[in-house]
Amino acid sequence: MTVTGGSGMTGIVDRLKQRPPAGPPAAPRSRRVAAAALIAVFALIPFAGFTVPWVLPGPADIVNSTGTLDVLGLGFVFAAVALGYDVLFGFTGLLSFGQVLYFAFGAYGLDITLSVWNWPLLPAIGATLAAGLVLALVLGAISLRGRGIAFAMVTLAFAQAGYYLIEDNPHSLTGGDTGLVMSTGRLPEMLVGVASTRNLYWLALVFLILVYALVSLVTRSQTGAVWLAIRDNERRAEVLGFRPLRFKLASFAVSSLIATAGGMVYLLLVGTASPDSVASTTVTVSILVMVVLGGAGTRWGAVAGAMVYVYLQQYLLKVAAEPSFATWPAVFRVPLSQPDFLLGVIFVLFILFAPGGLSGLASRVAGLAAAGRSRKEPR
Amino acid sequence: MSTFVAITISGLALGAVYFLVASGLSLIYGLMDVLNFAHGVFLTLGAYAGWAVAAHLPQQHWAVFLVTAAAATATGAVVATATELLLIRPLYGNPVGQILVTIGLDLALVGLLLGGFGSDSRSIQVPGWLTAVTTIGPERIPNGDFAALGTGLAVLGALTWFLSRTRYGIIIRAGAENRDMVRALGIDVGRAFTVVFAVGGAAAGLAGLLNSVAFSSGLVSPLQGDQMLIFAFIVVVIGGLGSIFGAAIAAMLVSLVQVYVTFYAGSGGGLAQLGNMSVVLVLAIVLLARPRGLLGRAA
Repeated sequence: MTVTGGSGMTGIVDRLKQRPPAGPPAAPRSRRVAAAALIAVFALIPFAGFTVPWVLPGPADIVNSTGTLDVLGLGFVFAAVALGYDVLFGFTGLLSFGQVLYFAFGAYGLDITLSVWNWPLLPAIGATLAAGLVLALVLGAISLRGRGIAFAMVTLAFAQAGYYLIEDNPHSLTGGDTGLVMSTGRLPEMLVGVASTRNLYWLALVFLILVYALVSLVTRSQTGAVWLAIRDNERRAEVLGFRPLRFKLASFAVSSLIATAGGMVYLLLVGTASPDSVASTTVTVSILVMVVLGGAGTRWGAVAGAMVYVYLQQYLLKVAAEPSFATWPAVFRVPLSQPDFLLGVIFVLFILFAPGGLSGLASRVAGLAAAGRSRKEPR
Repeated sequence: MSTFVAITISGLALGAVYFLVASGLSLIYGLMDVLNFAHGVFLTLGAYAGWAVAAHLPQQHWAVFLVTAAAATATGAVVATATELLLIRPLYGNPVGQILVTIGLDLALVGLLLGGFGSDSRSIQVPGWLTAVTTIGPERIPNGDFAALGTGLAVLGALTWFLSRTRYGIIIRAGAENRDMVRALGIDVGRAFTVVFAVGGAAAGLAGLLNSVAFSSGLVSPLQGDQMLIFAFIVVVIGGLGSIFGAAIAAMLVSLVQVYVTFYAGSGGGLAQLGNMSVVLVLAIVLLARPRGLLGRAA
């Protein structure tokens, strides 16, 4: 998926001028059908009242139980945020360690406007998004003065400053260490009533689909082509007459805005914002792990990585909480009780042995299958 | 006035610990372009090794504490060497992969520590002198501060000697300047990579123990390394990636800003984290004025 063809510089120029623009080609029909089927299956899960033993992440074994719907909804939110991060990391080649700042801004922004200032829902959402965009543009412009590792460190530092600010609870806005519970007074009935679990589930699913559409659109646009060019060789993109800083800032803004929106959907789903769950650097690390696990720069890889990550994390916690678990020998019990340990090991193994992530594995399997087929029918 | 002197000394002592962590990070980055996210867990493992050794030895004696410190240092060095050989080496030529693999390692090892020890802190047994206070005129200075400062200076001296007088030190400096040229001269840079990891890990392990003894009232916890790592990163970037003296100056700058702001502005206004936030501000200012850091090479 590199931008450069065999012909070097002219390759990029030609591809930028050509229609359809550069970037991965639009999905073939079979993939679109598969995607539609997958969406339909997930959309219908709240109606699936049957039992599946063992594998579900929620406490009950019924597919549409509240616990399982909550975990899947959380998976959709993080899949969308991971997609946003993929724009920055996978498509533009910028390694940021501050993504959590914009996620936290979304969660706390909506929480404060709704619960402390008692705003109506729509203005609260609009103001949080607008302020999040301004924050991303200002901090992005500063951080992008550093390149490579310096950029990563500055984004990390800003995110850490945000964490400290939230912990400090200025003017009793953030609730400090314990977090801020969202007041439901200004929310529509469908998001707080009896059926709210499935409505929130669908909300998260629709949010993920919208973000996927947005990310597909921007990464396949002319701007997306320049992002890829910057990722592969920034100096060459500059020599060709593009101003990398503007394009990098655009990528940063899109990615941060998706994180801000994701923070808001997270708040609606979970109902509370606390520093450790929405603002700490461990969240950035998990977003990064999701994207790399799925395969950076592939869109669906980020989604798959996030779903696998959230599922494993919740499922392992469920296993560790079972009473019989305490009787296991310590050699198994100690590592298995820590999802982070297993996820860290899986992550390291993927980087060492399958650097393309899940999507890389999938295309390798598809390649092997295709090779097998062509061997059977030598024509 | 008397508090000012005590705070300054405490700031310099904290700076010495930052320097121990940041010097290894900076050396590793300077030679290999690897930003080591697992450096924090080297620190934590060093502190836990110190705790484990001290718990099995008779306490209240200097020689015992030296053994404890040696155990922390050796653990840092061994874990770092293993990391380089097993995880970094297979990924040569893939700097992003190397950064990611250290992130995964940090995640896994911190998870393992949390699983094994829980999130509660453990207390290291140290000689009584280390937890006492020395009175000099009107000043009351915790002895832990002196220990941290002395160790910081000793490590700075040892690193300077190592980099300027030993064969590996010279290879490391040359490799940081121009890796390909060193390789072209027929020198095995790969071994220098392992050495630099071992040295950095040793400093980190010692820093973990010192941090617990001097700044956490002897407590060791699984997350202490990662909390320290963020400040070490800031120190490395302010000092200029790859520069040992830059790291030393930046460590003092960061720690002094942190303790002064925390003491003079943080306690009154209810903003307990203001000191930490001001450090981020210093980073932003330095990077705006001088993107490559105080003593960093031109990019």
